[in-house]
Amino acid sequence: MQRTQNPSELSSIARQIRRHIVTMITAAKSGHPGGSLSAVELLVTLYWDVLRHDPANPKWPERDRFILSKGHAAPVLYSVMAECGYTPVETLNTLRKLGSIYQGHPDVRFIPALEASTGSLGEGLSLALGMGLAAKLDKSPSRAYVVLGDGEIQEGQIWEAAMFGAFHKVDNVCAIVDYNGIQLDGFVKDILDLSPLAEKWRSFGWHTLEIDGHDIPAIQKAFAEAAATKGKPTCIVAHTVKGKGVSFMENNPKWHGVAPKPEELELALKELA
Amino acid sequence: MPANVKYELKLGAATREAFGKTLAALGHENQNIVVGDADLTKSTMTTYFAKEFPERLFECGIAEANMVAIGAGLALAGKVPFVSSFSAFVMTKGFEQLRCLVAYPNVNLKVVGTHSGISIGEDGPSQMSMEDLALACALPNFTVLSPADEVATEWAVRWAAEHVGPVFIRTGRVKVPVIYPAGSKFEIGKAVELVSGTDVTLVATGLVVAEAIRAAEQLEGEGISARVLDIHTIKPIDEEAIGRAAAETGALVVAEEHLVDSGLGVRVAQAAAKTHPAPIEFVGLTDFAESATPDELLDKYGMRAENIAAAARRVLARKK
Ligand SMILES: Cc1ncc(C[n+]2csc(CCOP(=O)(O)OP(=O)(O)O)c2C)c(N)n1
Ligand SMILES: [Mg+2]
Repeated sequence: MQRTQNPSELSSIARQIRRHIVTMITAAKSGHPGGSLSAVELLVTLYWDVLRHDPANPKWPERDRFILSKGHAAPVLYSVMAECGYTPVETLNTLRKLGSIYQGHPDVRFIPALEASTGSLGEGLSLALGMGLAAKLDKSPSRAYVVLGDGEIQEGQIWEAAMFGAFHKVDNVCAIVDYNGIQLDGFVKDILDLSPLAEKWRSFGWHTLEIDGHDIPAIQKAFAEAAATKGKPTCIVAHTVKGKGVSFMENNPKWHGVAPKPEELELALKELA
Repeated sequence: MPANVKYELKLGAATREAFGKTLAALGHENQNIVVGDADLTKSTMTTYFAKEFPERLFECGIAEANMVAIGAGLALAGKVPFVSSFSAFVMTKGFEQLRCLVAYPNVNLKVVGTHSGISIGEDGPSQMSMEDLALACALPNFTVLSPADEVATEWAVRWAAEHVGPVFIRTGRVKVPVIYPAGSKFEIGKAVELVSGTDVTLVATGLVVAEAIRAAEQLEGEGISARVLDIHTIKPIDEEAIGRAAAETGALVVAEEHLVDSGLGVRVAQAAAKTHPAPIEFVGLTDFAESATPDELLDKYGMRAENIAAAARRVLARKK
């Protein structure tokens, strides 16, 4: 794969990833477009610029770890890993079909290069902290990055992990909250509001940044600041738009877990041309 | 239920749908019924209740353990709470709260797990509950129900609302065949003999009951007379009906969409061991499944009439 720091190159990769996402979910006839599309810039910036990883050597012990804790957004991770060369691009459209490596939620049994099987929400932050602690014991430069959903962080385990991470100064862990404002049943503010979210993380002892989660230079800057922050883990509260890039999906709870119809795919691909 | 009727097995509603509709109807009849859900009202179908009684539906967000504990608090204060989520989440994340705050003090909470089994399909193993019956049966004081169709589900939900004490009801995502005439009456802890037979008994629960009926029809064509028992109450289990089936037919097959080592099968074996030991074959799940359509998974993981009929032939070969 060709790494890059160039925001306009990253942004054209992001557009390609979005095309994969809507296409594969349409082919599968089920899946979660909204939360896949909201995390595209975050994952593209991580995989092409930030993460120390090698698709040719996925088990390199000193690699950085990435965990998609909100596992239902698997299509964004699959598209990114395929474009990086971990897995075939040609079979992305077998998503969710019998025998496909592209399972409904990330499954290490089918893709060993994944760091974790996820799908039950609320668990990935603890996993990342475990990986961060192991790297410290091994004196490894490895860092762990974990993307959390905003609905997901209503789980109590997230806040147990948040306390733990700050107390144990696991500064090689970076959590990113995909703050798209929507969960399954509707808007987060109507279901169980999180605000003031950045203040919560700060008061739990995390170095906390707030950014526009679609602004690639801002994302790059935030990851650089996270890496430079010692003595505290970092949480990036990334303000995003659920369904980003497809006008009729944007900020509409309906598109949390519904697949586009072929005619809707056509419209979406036009917008993503 | 008359034995040896022919079953049409027309596709009806999903059991989660029957749960949601019954709950909304109950909301009118009993002002004390309140509901908790964890960001899945559209999937568990508590959305029907939410529409009619928004002030009695507590949306807990994605926080199942807290939801169970809040439900226990509501029950302790005199309400009749139903809490619902995917079985895979409410029973696992809520288990410690179910144990200490509900089972142990015998609190009047009703837990309804939806999306049980592998028949949820494409979402895959993280959302598939294969151990919910094991967990629920591990909770003293709980009554554990596993209805096979929409009619049995309506009864189960209504029974739970009347009963004072903790109840777990297992429901599924996909539409299932209707077995029972509307309004059928069931008795808690009493198996239903759906098909009478003398050579072997097919014991089943949930979505697999319809497959057991079909298996009995296949076996009949081979001259094998198979009895079919629907175990809608997993706990307390009907030891009398199981013992009688073991004594009268001399061989059992147990079929369930659950881990075979910890669900209905082990309970039927225990009941038979206590009453009338007989050879038993077990049809169920042995490992995590995967993503595919519900039908593909039910085929691949052996939840079909053919699998039950094959197990019947095996157990008949073992019968002395
Ligand atoms: C423990 C658990 N409870 C419930 C679910 C069902 N579920 C899947 S996605 C989802 C909503 C997630 O919302 P959010 O975290 O905001 O994700 P995003 O908006 O990024 O898609 C729910 C409730 C689950 N997967 N895990
Ligand atoms: Mg969200």
